Amino acid sequence: MSKKNAGRRRFLVQSAALVGGATSATLSSPAAAQELAGQPWERVYGAPFTGYGQPSKYEAPVIRHIGRPYGDLAPGSGASLSPIESLEGIITPSSLHNVRNHSGTPDIDPKEHRLLIHGMVARPLMFTVDSLLRYPMTTRTHFIECSGNSNRGLTPQPAQVPAGAIHGNAACSEWTGIPLRVLLEEAGIDASAKWLLAEGADSAHMSRSIPIEKAFDDALIALYQNGERLRPENGYPVRLFLPGWEGNMSVKWLRRIKATDGPTHTKDETSKYTDPLPDGKALQFTYEMGVKSVITRPSSTMTLPRPGLYEITGLAWSGAGRVRQVEVSTDGGASWTAATLLGEERPKSFVRFRLPWEWTGKPAVLQSRATDEKGRVQPKRADFLARYAPDIRFHNNSIVSWAVGADGKVTHVYA
Amino acid sequence: MLVGCAGTTQTGTSKPPALGTPVGAAEIARWDISIPPSGAGLPAGSGTARQGQQVYDQKCLSCHGPKGAGKPADALVGGIGTLASKTPVRTVGSYWPYATTLFDYVRRAMPITNPLSLTNDEVYAVTAYVLALNGIVGEDAVMNAQSLPQVRMPNRDGFVSDWPPRER
Repeated sequence: MSKKNAGRRRFLVQSAALVGGATSATLSSPAAAQELAGQPWERVYGAPFTGYGQPSKYEAPVIRHIGRPYGDLAPGSGASLSPIESLEGIITPSSLHNVRNHSGTPDIDPKEHRLLIHGMVARPLMFTVDSLLRYPMTTRTHFIECSGNSNRGLTPQPAQVPAGAIHGNAACSEWTGIPLRVLLEEAGIDASAKWLLAEGADSAHMSRSIPIEKAFDDALIALYQNGERLRPENGYPVRLFLPGWEGNMSVKWLRRIKATDGPTHTKDETSKYTDPLPDGKALQFTYEMGVKSVITRPSSTMTLPRPGLYEITGLAWSGAGRVRQVEVSTDGGASWTAATLLGEERPKSFVRFRLPWEWTGKPAVLQSRATDEKGRVQPKRADFLARYAPDIRFHNNSIVSWAVGADGKVTHVYA
Repeated sequence: MLVGCAGTTQTGTSKPPALGTPVGAAEIARWDISIPPSGAGLPAGSGTARQGQQVYDQKCLSCHGPKGAGKPADALVGGIGTLASKTPVRTVGSYWPYATTLFDYVRRAMPITNPLSLTNDEVYAVTAYVLALNGIVGEDAVMNAQSLPQVRMPNRDGFVSDWPPRER
């Protein structure tokens, strides 16, 4: 055989050996595939798209705390409180927004709903929702707090429930709507109209009187909540929104505004939402929500697993405007440290505060104390109570105390 | 050379759209259910406490209890004179400043399962009944648009307005 033929033959023999190896019945490495990291969900195709997203099923315990003082008799009367102990940032997810209702959530068809503006106006007007949606709108981030928030903190014994079950009748969202002044001017409101009567389309037809100064200041006819249309339980299709004022006055499911010369003295500004004083009289028309803060973590019902570094965090707000500072105490108010405030300083909005804390394992009492831009300071619980009759249930902005035991269990205390 | 465009709109200062439609008095009357202390807007009709007891027993008692005693819903009767005590009891009789508010509220919200269903006579009558249970009017006193605003509630002077707010 020639040298060239020998080389070619060798190549062919070697190739045949390789090809022969590849077509043999078993693979050269019969053991299992190399052990690669990969959880079960990494090995299967994921779920398809959905039209409206939901939280993880593993977050199912994060839900509102529902209170129904009349039980099954009136299952939609009462409140559903935001689980602030489980939330972060300052925006309340819309599905966890607090809800205070007097007769449940009405099922309103936006095509049929109307807003009537009448009374001391030159031109009484009716608006459809579609027409309202065509007006220029403004967007602002504001808290809304029920005047009755934290009244569970006024019970004789401190309730051993999560922070949200006591202080969760408040939320903060981005609201988009029409300045109320625009619609009042379109109707030609009289210069002598000093008040408005705002009324909702719930079956209770909840109504409140609003001073005209607020109407012309920062009152909104809101249609959007965190970018989407209002949720039904938060007022769909249109609500009044009065930044910084007691939540009841931000009338949901708004159906009527009447311009009047005086307050109407509705049931919800006489028999309710008035603040009884020790001498038997009661304050009426107490609108602005006071400066307030609450530590959301660590808070009541939680457990710190071991001594070490933790972050104390919570929320602060004021109906008067911006929060100027939040101080935190870990010794029941004997000494205070300024916490860090996160994010933009928006007026009448939640702000989040944070303070790193080295827990030594000894018992501690955690408190936060907010000061607002008007210099007002969140009061001690005892000082708040001293101002009112024993059955006060509104405007409780007093300092909240969480005790950390040596075992790490966090409980609600009065301090 | 550029020529100015006469049809250009200014941004930021344009007038809002003005999309409200006019409404007549008759339609407004169907909506305007607010009654201020003056009684302005109180409708025609009348009722006495004696008549009101029939309405109450049929439509109110199951929630508000016999003779307005309460449970499960709010008590309507009692507590007059207790507001400055250590155990104040706040009911329609002891705490509400205006009888007209009772008419306003009953008409718009009650019974809780069927609001806006009572006739004007029924609202006057059951209002009279609750007032009579509290000893504020007599059993045969006729409540109507003229007499109701004249009723002086025990707690008429019990509220201090905080608007405009006091300095704090």
